[in-house]
Amino acid sequence: MRAALTHLGAAVTAGIWRLGYGARFFAYLLVHSGTAFRRFRLTLREIYFAGVLSLIIILVSGLFVGMVLGLQGYDTLQRYGSSEALGVLVALSLVRELGPVVAGLLFASRAGSAITAEIGLMKATEQLSAMEMMAVDPIARVVAPRFWGGVLSMPLLAALFSAMGIFGGYLVGVVLIGVDEGAFWSQMQAAVDVRNDILNGVIKSVVFGVAVTLIAVFEGYDAVPTAEGVSGATTRTVVTSSLAILALDFVLTALMFTGGN
Amino acid sequence: MNRSTIDLWVGVFVALGLGALLFLALKVGNLASFSTAETYRVDARFSNIGGLKVRAPVKSAGVVVGRVADIGFDNETYEAVAVLTIDSRYRFPRDTSAKILTSGLLGEQYIGLEAGAEARMLGDGERLRLTQSAVVLENLIGQFFTSKAAEGGAAKDGK
Repeated sequence: MRAALTHLGAAVTAGIWRLGYGARFFAYLLVHSGTAFRRFRLTLREIYFAGVLSLIIILVSGLFVGMVLGLQGYDTLQRYGSSEALGVLVALSLVRELGPVVAGLLFASRAGSAITAEIGLMKATEQLSAMEMMAVDPIARVVAPRFWGGVLSMPLLAALFSAMGIFGGYLVGVVLIGVDEGAFWSQMQAAVDVRNDILNGVIKSVVFGVAVTLIAVFEGYDAVPTAEGVSGATTRTVVTSSLAILALDFVLTALMFTGGN
Repeated sequence: MNRSTIDLWVGVFVALGLGALLFLALKVGNLASFSTAETYRVDARFSNIGGLKVRAPVKSAGVVVGRVADIGFDNETYEAVAVLTIDSRYRFPRDTSAKILTSGLLGEQYIGLEAGAEARMLGDGERLRLTQSAVVLENLIGQFFTSKAAEGGAAKDGK
């Protein structure tokens, strides 16, 4: 009994300590982000690794998600004789929810894990310590560019995912099944609001980008500097950031899309 | 990796991403319509607006000519006040009537304008005098029942 309570207390204290450490890390990272923008080429390189290399998986998954939405949506809508509303269904579900969330999950597993592994391995091979020896701040030189690269890439990836998904829905709905093309686009345009739907989707993707990249760089920086530690940190990045995306998505949706218009 | 290759790919990526955003805003959303056009405001009073919402379309002859900008409640006449912004390209006579209609059986509600015959045109801030409220299904069913009951009574009396 006593041992169990001690264990619980230790776990809670460790959790809170880690949360505080993470918050201080985030504050330090923001304060020392100057280098990431003054030497923008460092950030550019990270946009290449986080964003450009995630393009293929984002585009292909977006296309397939849109095509599935087209098939399933048509199947349900045609029972009510409103298959023209397919465009609305595909566009709204992608722009509001699936675009930011699925792109965020893919980004976490494709780019987040890579960032953690890279920083963790730098720590394990004492490259970060070596930088400190040369009076180079590893957070400013290594962590901040990766953070900003991820944060800048994520909204673009989510927008590409949504656009590709809508194209997939168009392919299945209009080209394959034969829903009227005019109704598909015009109903979509009438129902999708730029501020309420598209801008809110972009805000979501920015928040997810910050959350995923922050978790990734923090787990990497905080990793136990052994092979086992780096592997554990990579796993934690994917798990924690996926959970963070889904939980944040609920909170953001509750804030954005309740109360009518 | 070569520096300029990275630059090129990042450039392609950013251009694609911004293109996707532009596509979402222009082709999927409705940014292109009614965002820059000049509008004028008129208000209309209804005894019941049903499920009308802000940003619902205002149509005349089926063409979207404006949007509902604001919905309020007048505490003196106990009426709903709908403020409509209408595209300045479209002018309506002063005795234009406004009805709250529903597109399709289950569709969204909108305001339908029917032009009158007066020579003077509506200006900014004027009021539409002739309005017809939304059809409330419960009232309709109630009316149906009372009329049926009245018919039944009349039939009995006739015997």
